[in-house]
Amino acid sequence: MARASIAIHKLTSCSGCQSVILNMGENLLTLVQLVDIQHFIEAGVNNPDAQVDIAFVEGSISTHEDEERIRQVREQSRFVVAIGACACSGGVQALRNVKDSEHWASAIYADPGYLDSLADSRSVAERVKVDLQLWGCPISERQLIAAIRALLHGVPPVLPTEKVCQECKRAGQVCVLVSQAAPCMGPVTQAGCGALCPSFGAPCYTCFGPSEQPNCDALGERLVGLGIPANQVAERFVSISAGVKPFQNAWARWRIPLKELEP
Amino acid sequence: MNDPWLPQQAVVVDKVMETPDVATLSLQLVEPEAQQRFHFDCGQFNMLYLYGLGEVPISIMDYQHGCLQHTIRAVGRISRTLVALETGAPLGLRGPYGNSWPIEDARGRDLVFITAGLGCAPVIAAIRRIIAARTDYQRLVIMQGVKHREDLLWQEQYERWREVPDCQVLLAASEERQEQFPWSLGMVTTLIDKAQFDVNNCTVMMCGPEPMIRASMRGLEAVGVSLQNCFVSLERNMQCALGLCGHCQMGTPFICREGPIFRVADIKEWFLLEGY
Amino acid sequence: MNQTAFLPHRHLDKLFDLLHSDGFRVVGPTSEQGAIVYREIDTVDQLPAGLVDHQAPGRYRLEQQAHGRYFDWVGTAQGLKPWLFTPEQPLMVAREVAGGLRFEAVREEVPLTAVIGLRGCDLAALALQDRHFLQGEYPDPHYQARREQLLLIGVNCHRSAATCFCVSTGDGPEVGEGTDLVLDELDQGFMVQACSARGRALLVRLPIRPLAGGHKRRSKALRKQARVQQRALPSRDLRKPLYLARDDETLWQSVADRCLTCGNCAAVCPTCFCSRVDEESPLDASESTQVRRWDTCFNDEHSYLVGHVVRKSAVHKYRQWLTHKLAIWHDQYDRSGCTGCGRCITWCPVGIDIVEETRRLCTEVKTREPGE
Repeated sequence: MARASIAIHKLTSCSGCQSVILNMGENLLTLVQLVDIQHFIEAGVNNPDAQVDIAFVEGSISTHEDEERIRQVREQSRFVVAIGACACSGGVQALRNVKDSEHWASAIYADPGYLDSLADSRSVAERVKVDLQLWGCPISERQLIAAIRALLHGVPPVLPTEKVCQECKRAGQVCVLVSQAAPCMGPVTQAGCGALCPSFGAPCYTCFGPSEQPNCDALGERLVGLGIPANQVAERFVSISAGVKPFQNAWARWRIPLKELEP
Repeated sequence: MNDPWLPQQAVVVDKVMETPDVATLSLQLVEPEAQQRFHFDCGQFNMLYLYGLGEVPISIMDYQHGCLQHTIRAVGRISRTLVALETGAPLGLRGPYGNSWPIEDARGRDLVFITAGLGCAPVIAAIRRIIAARTDYQRLVIMQGVKHREDLLWQEQYERWREVPDCQVLLAASEERQEQFPWSLGMVTTLIDKAQFDVNNCTVMMCGPEPMIRASMRGLEAVGVSLQNCFVSLERNMQCALGLCGHCQMGTPFICREGPIFRVADIKEWFLLEGY
Repeated sequence: MNQTAFLPHRHLDKLFDLLHSDGFRVVGPTSEQGAIVYREIDTVDQLPAGLVDHQAPGRYRLEQQAHGRYFDWVGTAQGLKPWLFTPEQPLMVAREVAGGLRFEAVREEVPLTAVIGLRGCDLAALALQDRHFLQGEYPDPHYQARREQLLLIGVNCHRSAATCFCVSTGDGPEVGEGTDLVLDELDQGFMVQACSARGRALLVRLPIRPLAGGHKRRSKALRKQARVQQRALPSRDLRKPLYLARDDETLWQSVADRCLTCGNCAAVCPTCFCSRVDEESPLDASESTQVRRWDTCFNDEHSYLVGHVVRKSAVHKYRQWLTHKLAIWHDQYDRSGCTGCGRCITWCPVGIDIVEETRRLCTEVKTREPGE
């Protein structure tokens, strides 16, 4: 059987997910033996128009060029796998999808007229058919390898949609929400990271996107009840995965409009 | 100590594609001692293991001449791969697990089988055993429902059963519009009214989708059959088959341990509740 | 016969020394990440001297007090469960070999393990886990390998947390059967009771003194003090009201609205036993391992059947958990699945209180009877 060919494409992103692949060490060497890497710009393989079996796409649809690229990628790939929070939810760029953002460009750029950005930052799945999503900011190497392994076995990978809390408890961590009143988003965030932040005593910040059945209302109410200002609670929901509905709705519920904050 | 988690080596010795997405695999245990040790009661199931993918519970269709027959529909990630296996493919097997159809206790009674779709597979061996000891039982009624007529597996076998003395074979197709002998139109449960059996001296065995089982319970009660005399093979997400993982609990029973076959009157309380 | 003596506080390290010289590793309470947790410890210095826990629904805080008592805290973040029913357990390794597959059992070398500090609720939960994992048709070899190496040193509670309700389940605050040693910690030292041959063999080698009448009176008073608890389940067998409540989904909506379905309650519950089996291969597929992981009835996957999830809503999930724990267990294991440790109350991120919910359900069911 012919070796599978893969491409790793980049849209609007920080290249952090590509770096995960580049940093896989021995697994990267194994990968090179198992598949033909046709395009992987961060590793210096540049052939963006290659027809491949599996295309991994990093980044969100944030510019006109992204829109055009993703259509081409879809056409030239058998499977499209969105990797990372940007590709799966629009990423941190999707903060501009929620309101209160109009003034940002003028506050940051001297001449915002040069910006060629779409009004919104969108996930890959909002523009083309996506066969698989690997969440995370960045993606987890472990999950990526499991996904590639499953695809090479010819089956879809099993990706948990349970809450981060499950991994946190399996890892023997003490809940930071209960023991420190930290605004941990683990109870509404999809597992996959291995409860990385809580294992360093830090609260989860939604980078693996919404879990199955995310009860954002109940979590938000609890955080407000713990004395965390409502605006901060709103921001906890829309830091990395601002483009997804359950988190946007939670943000809309607890945000205090900018004009009410500024005197 | 015997490790209950350890599969035995098995190999596909034959495969028949029954329909485009249903295959019957004949499996043989590799170790001769394992073959000799293997004993199967009608209604039990095995855990089939595929390298790199994991395990699924599959009911045993029959066990003949040292070969296990499993009829599998390609629906999930593992079952799709199982259906795609070729002769000679290696796999793992744990089992058999679970209890069996009450065919011994049913001697001297009328026997009624109500199955739908692939639900016919777990009763095949039981029907074969009963026909082999035909005089031990009274009337035999076999009802099977499918969506389309061509979905019926083992049509020849059903035709042969029609020739068995005192055996009524009733077939229903729920998504056909044209009448065609010997088929009825509609759900398998509509056949209950046509079935000829002694409602006071019968044992009913059912297997199929849960809504069909619920409808059958209503239909059977309506004609005067006590649910004490009805048995059903149930399914839940069985991951260990050892009574350990907890996934297959339906209220009180663990389906893998106390089941998969239950007296309907005993499980009714849980089975009729949504969410258990 | 049980033998009781007094061990001065300063000599607790002798118990550690004895255990180590007998080949045991010591697992005991220590403070980590703002909570008392069981970890492998080497010396008494790692015990949480003077630390006291304050627990409330969804809240756990430690407070340093001036006294030096090691066991004045009440609840650990986890009980004994992770040490026996491990959160991630390889079950079997498969390899492709010429002409087929080869399966290898996973066998672990478990060191002799002495666990110190266990409470009545923890030990009652251990008996329940033993029942599940060891007394069925297929005993779990991984649980068994760890269980066989255990030596148990219990501690009678002299204080109850606000979340405790073991008096109402009958599992505390005193340690029941099944231990090797039981400690009552007093200001100057420990009342030590040997409850097994191994316990007696340890006790006689410790620098013990005969018990004084004052010790007994003091420990009795302290244990009595611990029996005063803020929470209590309505009765030990709640099958009747809960099976009625089960049949009315509307009774579960108010708790389902608050429930995060995060499964923290099940993860910290010392008796919850659910697990799933995952298959894991390295990238080169040189082998494939089945791994058992803690699972919970709050996960969709738990009740997944081809094409649908049997328990999809939070109503169904919470109802499954509570009715199973407090009612169905009686039919499966001849007693309630709850030992009153209160962990599910403390470690619920939104502070859902199983006792309060159960009392509410029982009351609301009563007011609806009969006929509704």
